[in-house]
Amino acid sequence: MQRFLAFLICLGLAFPASAQNADAPIQQVMQTHADLLAKASRKTIQVAIDALIDSGLPAAQAVLERWQNKEMWLDEETGLFVFAEEIDRDTIRIFDVGDGTDLGEVPDDRFKQLKPNSGVRGLIAAGLVKFQLIDPDATVRFTALEAISRDPDETHLPALRDVMEGETDPALSDQMTRLERLLTIEFGADDNEKIDAISYFAGDLGVDARAALNPLVATRIEVGEAVPVGPEVIRVVTPGDEALPKTEAYDLLVRADLAPPLIPANEVREALIRNIDGDTVAGVQVASLDTDSARNAAFATLVEQGLAEPAATTEEIDTALGAYQFYEVFIGAPPGVAIAAQAVLSDIETSVALNQTADLALDAISLASIYFLAAIGLAITFGVMGVINMAHGEFIMMGAYTGYVVQLFVPDHTLSILLAIPLAFMVTFAAGVAMERLVIRWLYHRPLETLLATFGVSIALQQLAKNIFGTQARPLTAPGWLDGSMVINDIVSISYIRIAIFILALIFLAIFLIVMNRTRLGLEVRAVTQNPRMAASMGINPDRINMLTFGFGSGIAGIAGVAIGLYAKVTSEMGSDYIVQSFMTVVVGGVGNIWGTLLGAAMVGTMQKGIEWLNPSNTLAAQTYMILFIILFIQFRPRGIIALKGRAAEA
Amino acid sequence: MTDTVSSDPKYHGGLEAGLQSRSFIARHPSVLIFMACLALFTISVTILAEGFGIGVISTSFVKTLGKTLCLCMVALAMDLVWGYCGILSLGHMAFFGIGGYAIGMWLMYARTEIIVVQSLAAAPLPPTAGEISQGIATQIFGVVGASEFPPIWAFAHSLPLQLAAIVIVPGLLALVFGWLAFRSRVTGVYLSILTQAMTLALALYLFQNDSGLRGNNGLSGLQNLPGLGDVPQSTVSIWFLWASALGLGLAYLLCAWIVSGKFGSVIRAIRDDEARVRFLGYSVEAYKLTIFTLTAVIAAVAGALYYPQAGIINPAEIAPIASIYLAVWVAIGGRGRLYGAVIGAAFVSLVSTWFTGGQAPDINLGFYTISWVDWWTVLLGFSFVAVTLFAPKGIGGLLDMIPSPNRHGADLGPDAGSLRESEANK
Repeated sequence: MQRFLAFLICLGLAFPASAQNADAPIQQVMQTHADLLAKASRKTIQVAIDALIDSGLPAAQAVLERWQNKEMWLDEETGLFVFAEEIDRDTIRIFDVGDGTDLGEVPDDRFKQLKPNSGVRGLIAAGLVKFQLIDPDATVRFTALEAISRDPDETHLPALRDVMEGETDPALSDQMTRLERLLTIEFGADDNEKIDAISYFAGDLGVDARAALNPLVATRIEVGEAVPVGPEVIRVVTPGDEALPKTEAYDLLVRADLAPPLIPANEVREALIRNIDGDTVAGVQVASLDTDSARNAAFATLVEQGLAEPAATTEEIDTALGAYQFYEVFIGAPPGVAIAAQAVLSDIETSVALNQTADLALDAISLASIYFLAAIGLAITFGVMGVINMAHGEFIMMGAYTGYVVQLFVPDHTLSILLAIPLAFMVTFAAGVAMERLVIRWLYHRPLETLLATFGVSIALQQLAKNIFGTQARPLTAPGWLDGSMVINDIVSISYIRIAIFILALIFLAIFLIVMNRTRLGLEVRAVTQNPRMAASMGINPDRINMLTFGFGSGIAGIAGVAIGLYAKVTSEMGSDYIVQSFMTVVVGGVGNIWGTLLGAAMVGTMQKGIEWLNPSNTLAAQTYMILFIILFIQFRPRGIIALKGRAAEA
Repeated sequence: MTDTVSSDPKYHGGLEAGLQSRSFIARHPSVLIFMACLALFTISVTILAEGFGIGVISTSFVKTLGKTLCLCMVALAMDLVWGYCGILSLGHMAFFGIGGYAIGMWLMYARTEIIVVQSLAAAPLPPTAGEISQGIATQIFGVVGASEFPPIWAFAHSLPLQLAAIVIVPGLLALVFGWLAFRSRVTGVYLSILTQAMTLALALYLFQNDSGLRGNNGLSGLQNLPGLGDVPQSTVSIWFLWASALGLGLAYLLCAWIVSGKFGSVIRAIRDDEARVRFLGYSVEAYKLTIFTLTAVIAAVAGALYYPQAGIINPAEIAPIASIYLAVWVAIGGRGRLYGAVIGAAFVSLVSTWFTGGQAPDINLGFYTISWVDWWTVLLGFSFVAVTLFAPKGIGGLLDMIPSPNRHGADLGPDAGSLRESEANK
């Protein structure tokens, strides 16, 4: 070694022009393994890579990267390694490996480029990963883990195992362990090691765990004279079972060359066409072959004449199938591993199902709160006052468009939403009061005509919105802090907007209860609803109360519009999407009772999500069945879940 | 007191004799006038159209007129169930659509069959029934990615069976739905919302691709009558105009006959005070169910006449808004009188066609141009509100202003009184 260094120093003296720092520690490490580096082979190079990594030198990473990119050259006269960039065919610019100092342009005569082959480059990459995994910066370690899990490789496994012990960050340490177990399942040395790794994932919800386990339990149906004895055979299958229809079983036989291929279904037709002679086939008029039985008869004649291959009969197929045994085998992994994986998978499935139920429940609650929001205004106008307002959906739409217009003027989303809520209330309150004064007031004793007149208003408002804002959907953007979703685990998650809508629904419920039960207005509203004349004689002005109540209900619809617009698109037709469901919610819940509306919304939301879950491809069908269910429900509880009794019911 | 009077044989007999002494037409001159107007209209259109006449009216306008007659027919049904019986159904356009689908299935099947048989005729072997049916299925359901007939098409090959389906399917649906709704005493606005929900459910169901009725695409090409490919559309349009006029005339007669008798009195009484009629011992539910089912069938027949003229039917035609427009027509025309419904449907639908067809001149206000294509619906909505508020009798109410020498007694019309026309005319 010392002799070698002395030699190096001599060389260094002999070529002062290229002032390479032969003393740089990294250069010395490389010189130690110079032969290995210069003639890199996959089998031997690991020692050199390890030496570089273990040296703990900051320059080692750069060396590995440049080497991998074929940017490291060997000075054949000095034996030193340099980084180099090719300037042209004969010239290169060289840099010191220790600190990257530019050493100037030199002719490339005495330099030799190191070209590691792909196997070596793979090992270098693994070495680099290890470098990143022990990087002092936690985010670098995290990125490295992510990179490995995206594109795992056999070489990552030892690298991971080496660094796992030293990891101090508990979250990263968990992630590393998990990744190591995943890689072990895929690249583990023997079955026991794999089974051990598999058992780690019992009850794990990660998609990656299932993705790693599923290929292990892959099966295939095979056929043979007898069922082989061995742990890989799962079960014997009888042709005709659900798992193996007879046609598939016969196909298996054909593929294994154990039976002649079946004559295709349209062979009768093809054979007849092949043998058409003038206008007859096998002595039968072509024109008469317009039924299957006539064709089969003609085909039989062809077979007799030896002009067509006879089709295998059902009995022949059954005999052929009976002569062999069909059995299912594991093909993804050795049986022991596969069985272990299956056990763990079924365990995972149970917990997945539980979590999916929880997720479904969250979805249902969120849908219910949307329906509740849409319906709460109706619970006031229809439920309390008994006024049918078919333009309610259009008030929701007006609220949403108010939010959109406010965002046009106030670019800050948080501020604009805070402004939009009171503005939407004011706009729809005014619209509601105007409608009550102009239309509904004249029709209090004619509910059917209220329904019709408000329909007219609804048609006109919808078209007005179309004329003003156009037919395309307008965005109502939620503030940034409502973006994304709360992820509880890989399956259960809920977006923050839905949480916000849920909270808003609760706030509305509270406002409704407080206004109705704790304020003068609420008292007067209840009085006027129960007996307007008596209320009037007590000094309450029924006209004013009706107007305010209707305005209040409409205003709440406007705020609901802002909330609904945040998660759905704002269009002129958004109101009509909710109107039937809103009425259903109020009617199912029981008119005149806010708790009924709450229950109604919960029921309608849960029902719809439940049906969607049973038939996930089809939300239209879910809505259809839900409406049918509600029609039936009203048969049994015509007055809703919470029915008013006694005098209140008559009011 | 009431009891003694009504059971007095002399009084009873006298009234019946008085009614029987005059014929149905004589007691209801409006029926005769209506029939005459309808006949006159049909004859003049026939003369003016291209098919058999001088060709002043284009074929497409003849189709529009024919379709309008069908809309008048469904408006009659709506008037009977709403104006006379007080059930504001928001589902009659659904029955109209079902009728259209029922006839459309046969039209599409039979026409596709002709095409498929033609294309298979070139094959070396004559096609079997199975191959033909397979070919038709592939043609019809290719757009929704299916190639087999769903079970509801089992009768599509047979015209008589599909014609029967026009009556039976909506009739049964109305019967079941009405029975469920009426027996649980769902009335008034609740019933309206329930019928609207039924319509929505049906429309949503039909919007699915696997509903078996081509989902969103609906049925198309219905204007081509199978086997009559050589007959020009100008002639076919006149045939359908005649059929629609005949249908409307018959429906009018039927409705006039129903509302003129004792049955008509009972249903008007139900409209005005359901509880009292029930206390008098009438089976209110049976009366309502009869009217509901009957009008559903009339609506379906109207739909079956309408859609071959329209040429295409899709689930959007069944959406609740269509039934709401139906109510709008009847209300504007004047409910509670049959000719009112016809006038309303004809007037509003023709004016709508005119405005939304872009023929109406735009109004330039200098700073803004009112384009009727956009603003007509707004005007319609608000005028509907105005009619509801200020003229509940609708356009038909204008006829009350013509002084009639032998009319005295209370107003006719939806709410002001339930007197029969014959009683008022005494």
